[in-house]
Amino acid sequence: MLEIRFHGRGGQGTVVATILLSKAFFQAGWEVQSFPFFGVERRGAPVEAYLRLDRKKILARTNVTAPDHVVAQDRTLIQNIDVTRGMKPGGWVLLNSPSLPEDLSPYRGMKLASVDASRIALRHLLGSRTHPIVNTAMIGAFARMLAMPPLEAVCGAIREEALSDPEANIAAARDAYNEVILHGAIS
Amino acid sequence: MKKVLEGSQAVAEAVRLAKVQVISAYPITPQTHIVEILSDYVATGRMNAKYLRVESEHSCMAALIGAQSAGVRTFTATCSQGLALMHELLHWAAGARLPIVMGEVNRALAPGWNIWCDQTDSLAQRDTGWMQLYCEDSQEVLDATILAYRLAERVNLPTMVVLDAFYLSHTYEPVDVPEQEEVDRFLPPYKPAFTLDPGHPYSLSPLVTPNAYMEMRHDIALAMEDALAIFDEVEGEFARIMGRRYGAVEEIDTDDADVIFVTSGAVTSTVRLVLEELRSRGEKVGALKIKLFRPFPTEAVRRALSKGRKAVVVDRNYSFGASGIFAQEVRAALCNAPGHPPVFGYIAGLGGRDITTQMLSHIYFEVKESEAPLRESVWVGRQEVNRAT
Repeated sequence: MLEIRFHGRGGQGTVVATILLSKAFFQAGWEVQSFPFFGVERRGAPVEAYLRLDRKKILARTNVTAPDHVVAQDRTLIQNIDVTRGMKPGGWVLLNSPSLPEDLSPYRGMKLASVDASRIALRHLLGSRTHPIVNTAMIGAFARMLAMPPLEAVCGAIREEALSDPEANIAAARDAYNEVILHGAIS
Repeated sequence: MKKVLEGSQAVAEAVRLAKVQVISAYPITPQTHIVEILSDYVATGRMNAKYLRVESEHSCMAALIGAQSAGVRTFTATCSQGLALMHELLHWAAGARLPIVMGEVNRALAPGWNIWCDQTDSLAQRDTGWMQLYCEDSQEVLDATILAYRLAERVNLPTMVVLDAFYLSHTYEPVDVPEQEEVDRFLPPYKPAFTLDPGHPYSLSPLVTPNAYMEMRHDIALAMEDALAIFDEVEGEFARIMGRRYGAVEEIDTDDADVIFVTSGAVTSTVRLVLEELRSRGEKVGALKIKLFRPFPTEAVRRALSKGRKAVVVDRNYSFGASGIFAQEVRAALCNAPGHPPVFGYIAGLGGRDITTQMLSHIYFEVKESEAPLRESVWVGRQEVNRAT
């Protein structure tokens, strides 16, 4: 079983990102489970959401505390929250960031990927300059990082979920898929 | 067809497929998604139903009592404080023998204000005369909601379908959604046993003096007793069409078990995972899932637990001054069975605290190594804090 933890802020579509990925992985033949952990349900507040993937029925109904991979949708989160908390060694950390963080010490033993999802979201008029909606870009980058689910399954899930502008969201996912930088293992 | 659905969507799909005619609800987290989806179905014509917005949960149940008395199928969903506010009319719905169905999302009661999972809200309604079905996953939530209509309408008692806050209500997973035609075969249109009819006016639920009240109560008691057999019958009909069956209880690896967990709700699923792990290490451990809480399947519980040497109940609820509520019920079921196993009671996961696999393994080994319970209830995963005085 693979367990992935998403960190974001209320209003960025963090929960929807895990829902879209669960639908895309399901289309690709996986058993899936996704759910949010809400602290306070407010715009800007830190949010966690979880995604589990397996080849057999998923029985665990607990929060994800030892994720295989982590996604951080907001660069400012990593200053305050230990996004790698409990992570298994060797997993991927995907950051929404135009560049590598200066301090790489928290990511030792992990693999790092970055994508400028905020810029991609704005390019496709998703959200506003202060509140770009980055979730579809992030899942496009995610699909490239793990080499799954297939990008077409991601696009299919975006259409199925009936987001307000599916074509712009699909374009953002495709751009992020192409633009994500896989820095690889951090030593 | 299998689709990835949220637990709340599974409830709403079942209500749509059951062709419910009147829905009334007052929104409360984490029930909101259920009623948002249903109001959307009604507004967009996907459901041919009346959606009544009300000013409180008390009014909501009053409205459904009226609607159901007029001979239509009804639904509501609530949780926690909302269910507590309905309490008076929950008794009324059962006493009036109205087969209302409710989706009840287990949420903690305040204070402290808490929107997370805890079973005390629904279990505090155990003496109202409602049947209660506790679900383990979203498939069971959908199936139980459809089944609840058939069961309630056969028994003429209201039924609560209970699902864990967030662990079920907000969790997306694959769910097999039946075809309308399959549901129609299982669930025929509602034929009320009695109906308010302006053409033939009469009064329902009038003053009942001591010479008749006791007989009315006894009739409800008998209906609840009958409901155990009717539940099995209705599940059989469901299984013939849908191919899925759950049981009032389910025994998991009990035949050679020394220690048997007793669980309800989503925790059962995590316990299955823990059993796989413990069994692979040669531990003789099993589980008894209790789905039907009212009527309580006493005989089935006795039969299952007498197979083990020790029973351990994991309660995500608490009755102050007594113990975990499922533990109370299990002890009561066993006390007249000669040579019954001791019952260990554990309290876990109140107010949405995570019940982890490590916690459940810890409980197992503690019970395995104890001859008899030292206390009625052991609280697990609790931090040491100063007492409020």
